[in-house]
Amino acid sequence: MNDLQNLYQELIIDHGKNPRNFGELNPHDRQAEGFNPLCGDKLTLYLTLTDDIITEVKFKGAGCAISTASASLMTDAIKGKSITEVQQLFSSFHDMITQGQQTMDLGKLAVLSGVREFPMRVKCATLAWHTLQSALHNAAEIATTE
Amino acid sequence: MTQTTTAINTFASLDVNSLRQDFPVLKRQVHGQPLVYLDNAATTQKPKIVIDTVDDFYTRYNANVHRGVHTLSQEATIAYENARETIAKFINAASAQEIVFTRGTTESINLVAQSYGRKQLKPGDEIIISHMEHHSNIVPWQLLCEQTGAILKVIPINAVGELLLEDYAKLLSQKTKIVAIGHISNALGSINPIKQIIQMAHDYHAKVLIDGAQAAPHTAIDVQALDCDFYAFSGHKAYGPTGIGALYAKADLLNAMPPYQGGGEMIKMVSFNKTIYNDIPHKFEAGTPNIAGAIGFAKAVEYIQDIGLTAMAAYEKELLEYATARMKQIAKIRLIGEAQHKASIISFLFEDVHAHDVATILDHQGIAVRAGHHCAMPVMEFYNITASARASFAFYNTTDEIDQLIHGIHKVIEVLGG
Repeated sequence: MNDLQNLYQELIIDHGKNPRNFGELNPHDRQAEGFNPLCGDKLTLYLTLTDDIITEVKFKGAGCAISTASASLMTDAIKGKSITEVQQLFSSFHDMITQGQQTMDLGKLAVLSGVREFPMRVKCATLAWHTLQSALHNAAEIATTE
Repeated sequence: MTQTTTAINTFASLDVNSLRQDFPVLKRQVHGQPLVYLDNAATTQKPKIVIDTVDDFYTRYNANVHRGVHTLSQEATIAYENARETIAKFINAASAQEIVFTRGTTESINLVAQSYGRKQLKPGDEIIISHMEHHSNIVPWQLLCEQTGAILKVIPINAVGELLLEDYAKLLSQKTKIVAIGHISNALGSINPIKQIIQMAHDYHAKVLIDGAQAAPHTAIDVQALDCDFYAFSGHKAYGPTGIGALYAKADLLNAMPPYQGGGEMIKMVSFNKTIYNDIPHKFEAGTPNIAGAIGFAKAVEYIQDIGLTAMAAYEKELLEYATARMKQIAKIRLIGEAQHKASIISFLFEDVHAHDVATILDHQGIAVRAGHHCAMPVMEFYNITASARASFAFYNTTDEIDQLIHGIHKVIEVLGG
């Protein structure tokens, strides 16, 4: 499989075209905006929390296949997880796409490992995660990939 | 290049295949494919003669300018000031003292906003720009409005990406002090009727700045015939080095403008009581300038003039027409910006493939295009899109390369389904 096929695997194309958990979530406990100034990708993330468990999560926005698929896969992956678990997941996901190391089982998120060969696209894959950080910290500022 | 290329590319009066030999980078391979460089609106590649000229400066006569009496400094000063003469002649300025070397178009515009604008504008005065400006011809004016209480007005555009001159006429008034317009739109390729725009502004005694970043490599520029007050452009988009550009300004305006930055070079005499500023243009060139850049910039301009801007423009128009016709045959893509007068820039998008994915897949075939908002977010907003892909052609591009682009676009459809 060459780099390009590895980047655009079927699962990514599927999640890019038919994102899961797409749309607004009302009511919600947290909301955050994400923006990638490089390409203009925008994303809004909504979540509800029960204690420190993410019980529901949705997103909306316009982006490339990688950023949309990453947001879709992320929302699937974090639902039902605690904030601590989500932080571990992000840290491991980040290591995978920047250094190629998988320190824990990432499930379907592992399909994004091909991004590592495309340094210019790492920001696409991390936009949703940065926005999630912003939502969890309830930061007023718009999360950016810069 | 293939044999067919040779045959096809003789349709204009340029010997493109021989000119391509002047550009070392065009011999490169990217992802195992010959480089097809179609991001010329972002920056053009550099001919060997420009690279050698910069190299020669550092190798043989690197010294500071206007400082020393030693031989190297004298040679560097002469080369630097000769470069200014070359740039002045390139745009037909009345005199070389009307050329200020800057870091590029962006700094040239900021210089005018902060030096001319900040001194002249009062609360309620108006600045007119257009909806198709690059961020560098928007943000400096927004900063100036914040500082002075002036108001920013925007000329709207139509669906094909042309300025609405009737609306411009209505925006103009005695309150208009500055009109700042791009000569050629980097996002749409539209060539704006700047001569008419300048005349209309002058009827109200407003000063006009033309952002010529995209025009310098494609069109002959005559600042005296245009009668523009300021003309800003960059070296790197015209086959010269990065980090060097020029501001043309009428001498009487430059003389009346306060310095932009303080430092060495821009002064005649400094004491703690009073500092006497240098004459123009040096008054606006604080600190050691980009000497190698200026000399390289001038060499690039000479290179363009040797080829001939008219022949280059005619050839690029043929490339544009060829590419436009071929791209229109692909049902899944839409072209953004189809102005009647257009430079060799094509913005395009797929119905449901993001420009970033397009650019990545094209890059894998060695094809370099730009993807994103092209530093013109209001243009993207106008077309209700977040990003487009952009192919921009230079005289060293060929129809064979356009065929490869078309092939690449079909590959995008193959990988992502369009």
